[in-house]
This record gives sequence, C-alpha cells and structure tokens, in this order.
Amino acid sequence: MFLLLFIINIYAIDLRAFDTPNDDGSGITINWQTYQNYQTFAIYRSTEPSGIFEKIGEVEGSENRFLDTNIKTGQEYYYKLNARQDTLIDSSRVVGPIKSQVQYFNTARLPMAICIIILFAAILFYISQAKKRGRLFIRKIPALNAVEEAIGRATEMGKPVLYVPGIMDIDDPQTIASMSILSRVAEKTAEYGTPLYVPTSRSMAMTMAQQVVKEAATRVGRPDWYNIDNIRYITDDQFAYVSAVDGIMVREKPATNLYLGTFYAESLILAETGHSTGAIQIAGTAMPDQLPFFVAACDYTLLGEELYAASAYLSQEPVQLGSLKGQDLGKLIFIGVIIIGVLCQIFSYQFFINLFNTIE
Amino acid sequence: MKTIIPLIIVFACGFYMLITFFIPARFAQASSQTLQNWYLGVIAFFVFIGIFNLIRINVDKIQRRLRDWQYSFILLFFLGVMLGAGFIGGRDSRIFLYFFENFQVPLGATMFSLLAFFVASASFRAFRAKTPEATLLLIAAVVVMIGRIPIGYLIWHGFPDLVEWIMQVPNTAAKRGILFGIDLGLISMALRVLLGIERSYMGGARE
Repeated sequence: MFLLLFIINIYAIDLRAFDTPNDDGSGITINWQTYQNYQTFAIYRSTEPSGIFEKIGEVEGSENRFLDTNIKTGQEYYYKLNARQDTLIDSSRVVGPIKSQVQYFNTARLPMAICIIILFAAILFYISQAKKRGRLFIRKIPALNAVEEAIGRATEMGKPVLYVPGIMDIDDPQTIASMSILSRVAEKTAEYGTPLYVPTSRSMAMTMAQQVVKEAATRVGRPDWYNIDNIRYITDDQFAYVSAVDGIMVREKPATNLYLGTFYAESLILAETGHSTGAIQIAGTAMPDQLPFFVAACDYTLLGEELYAASAYLSQEPVQLGSLKGQDLGKLIFIGVIIIGVLCQIFSYQFFINLFNTIE
Repeated sequence: MKTIIPLIIVFACGFYMLITFFIPARFAQASSQTLQNWYLGVIAFFVFIGIFNLIRINVDKIQRRLRDWQYSFILLFFLGVMLGAGFIGGRDSRIFLYFFENFQVPLGATMFSLLAFFVASASFRAFRAKTPEATLLLIAAVVVMIGRIPIGYLIWHGFPDLVEWIMQVPNTAAKRGILFGIDLGLISMALRVLLGIERSYMGGARE
C-alpha cells in the first residue's frame, strides 16, 4: 500500500529538463506538470543521479517553469522537484543527465533569416536587371514630386526652406533615410540659392547634416552657398527642441517645411505651427502612430516605406530604382504568404502556420 | 580612399551585426555588444561638439547684436548655471534640481499640452467631408469619439463594442499593412547602405 502511494506521488509530477534552446549554452530549462495544486515548488540539482541534491531555487505554485543559469556549459546535471501543499511534500522522479551546449544558430529566427535572404535576392536580382536594362518603371510618389515644387516656391518667395530631420540620432534608420533625402534637398536649394535651415536635436545628426549639405553644395558648384550656422544643434530635450523649431518657423517664416525622420508627440505641434505660418509642408515618417497627424496637418505625406524609398526615387539612378523594384517583389511574396496563411487557418492546415510559430 | 574606407567599415560592421543577430553563442553576442558600446562612446564625445556649436552660434549672435540676441544671453546664462550646478553638486544638487523641476519640466509640459489645441484644429480640417474617403473618416472618428465617453454607452449600449471593432479590425489591419511596408522598406534601404549603393548619407553621392 505504502509503495503504491509512493509511486502515485512520484508520477503526480511530470518533470522535464532540457538544454535551453537558442542560447549561448548558459541555461537548462526545467518545466513540470502536476495533477493537483501546490503552494510552492523547490528545484534541486545534483551532478550524480544518486548524489546529494542541492536546492537551487523555489517558485510559487502558479509557476511551471524554472531556468537554471548557474551552470557550467557541458557539465551533466540531474534534477528533481519537491512540491509542497501545507505539510504535504510530493517529490518528482530524478531526471537527467542534462547538459547545456553552445548554440551556433538561433533556429527560432530561421523564418526571419529566410525572409531576409528572399528579399535580398529579389533586390539584388532587380539591381542587376537595372544595370542591364537601364531605367525601370517606378510608380509616382506625389509627395516626392512636390519637393522640387516646394523648394521652387520658397525661392520665388525669397524665403528659406526648413528641414527637420526628426528627433532621433543617426543609429535610427529613419534618420539615415532623412539624411539621404537632405542631400537631394540641399542640392536643389544650393542650385537655386535658397537658404536651408536644418535644426537638429542630436549633435551627431548635426555633424552628419553639415557634411551632407556641404558636399551637396560642392557637387552642384555652389560651395559659397553653404552656411554652417544654418545647420545647428538645438537640444536633446524633445519639447525644448520643438519650441525652438516653432520659434524658427514663426520668426523666419520659411515658405517650405520638410519634416522627414522619426517623430513622436511633437509631430502635430510642428505641423500645426508650420500650417499657421502658411508654409507648404511635406512630411514623412515610419512611425505609424504619427502618420495621421502629418496627413491631417501637412500638404503631402510620405507614408512609412516611402520615406526609405525617397532617396532612391529622387536620385532616379537605375541601380537604386532596381532596389525599390526588388522591394516591391518582396512585398508581393509576403502578400502571397499572408493569403496562404489565411487559407490555411480557415481550413485548419497547421503545417504552414507552425512554420511561423517559432518567430520570437 | 575617402569614400572607400568608410564604405568598407559600413559593410563589415553592418553584415557582422546582421550575422550575430542569428548566432546566440557568447563570442558573437559579446562582440556585437562591444560594437554597440563603441557607438555609445562616440555619442558621449559628440555631446561636447553639440554644446560647442550651441555656444558658438549664440555668442556670435550676442556679439553681432542680431535680432532677439537677448534670448541667446538667457540661454547661455542658464546653460552655464546648469553646467556649473551639475559639475559641482552632481545631478542631485539643490540648484540643479530646482531649475530642472521649476523651469524645464513645466516648460516641457506647456509645450506638450499645446497638443490638445492642435489636435482640435487639425481634426477640424481633416474631418471636413469633401470626399467619400473624408466622409468615411469623419463618421469613424465621430463613432470612436462618442463610443469612448460614458454618454456614448447611454445613447446606445453597442457603441463601445463598435469602437472596439473599429480599432481592432480596420484600424489594426491598416496599421499592420503600413508596418509591413515599413519593414520591407527598411530592409531594402539597409541593403542599399551596406552595399554602398546608397551613400548620400555620407555626404557623397555616387561618382
């Protein structure tokens, strides 16, 4: 009878331990299932199956998982679990040996790697096509077509152009994209001799913007036009920066305002102030929550991906346009995958869906 | 060489960071963290460049008595006060905290609160029913606004559920569509930058 109760108690806790997947070999995961409720679980570990087990942790009864990170990679370990309910203690069987190993590829990120490889291949294919065939057809982006018109308007009115490259530093891809567009804008403003103001909220972005504008002016044969004082650092503080840029708008009354980069709550404050000064406004950001504000307050808006495509579009270089074409092919592939996913979900075909379940 | 060396550095660092994203082994994660730490070190250095630029432009403005030069004086004065207080007493010094809590925080809050008025004026323009799309936007916005307030529930018990549906289904679908495009655009731009096809951000366009 006693033996039977002992066996029942052992199998009341289903304990499993395994090398934590996709880590650097520093963890063993222990999880368990129980067939009754317990208050706490104490986890024990030993290097021998019949050796002395030391307690390595205790978790609440609501938990069913423990990550042991205090281990030596490659060393074999054995685990057992004590579950407590008031004065009653149930023990699990001993599981092991388990040893952790260094992982050299994160399999959870495999679908992501495949997506990137497909997209890279599509882009490289179209770049090579563009090199062979020359110019490719790319749909018109009205906001970018309006850039030259807006600069021309500022020139005719004898007023400056204001370029706001967002509030993030150059480690943000949107700031990099913005700097590429700034280069094209600076070329045009230098060509027309129109002053260009670039207030920045990060000093590294300021240095980059100065270099970009200087090179652009030199490229179009107008190095004398470049004025280093027009590209200045304001402050890292979000709202102090906004008040300074608003001040420039109200005092200098630029005829054209370009907001291209990363924006947060300041987007609408900037755009509405610019609207009140009567400037033509073109905005672009990849922050989905800020897009409605720009759409409402600006004349033209670059929606998300168009910000990244802007520099390639403005350059009209076949190689750069080829990369946009490849991006569109990638988009088509992903649309196909989404449709297949929806159909598989409707018809309960799990294999295809499970391919994407491992994405972190 | 002026262009080639930075391009090689961008290519090597960019692809290395991309590859380490898929390798959990310690050597890969530690080295990618080291690269990111180097970037932080560079940022710290650039703070001085920013402050130097700020001082240079505002001192010049005061010297030449340009328009509103008085504001430059106030800016430099408080820059000096905050720098002095920070260096002498640290960030927890009384003077530093006094100016931060009684000047910077309320001024920032004032700018932020302007949003309420700007949302109203922007909505007024955006919601004018000039086209079928704008009319649809107007209707959706009115439903969401009414459904979000208690009186909406009193008018019709289904309003909160309708709002939830608008936010969770059409709104989320549109947002995800935009996010998909953004991610693809980002990957495309990253490849252009890594391969040196896009180099205008470095100042130089393609020769």
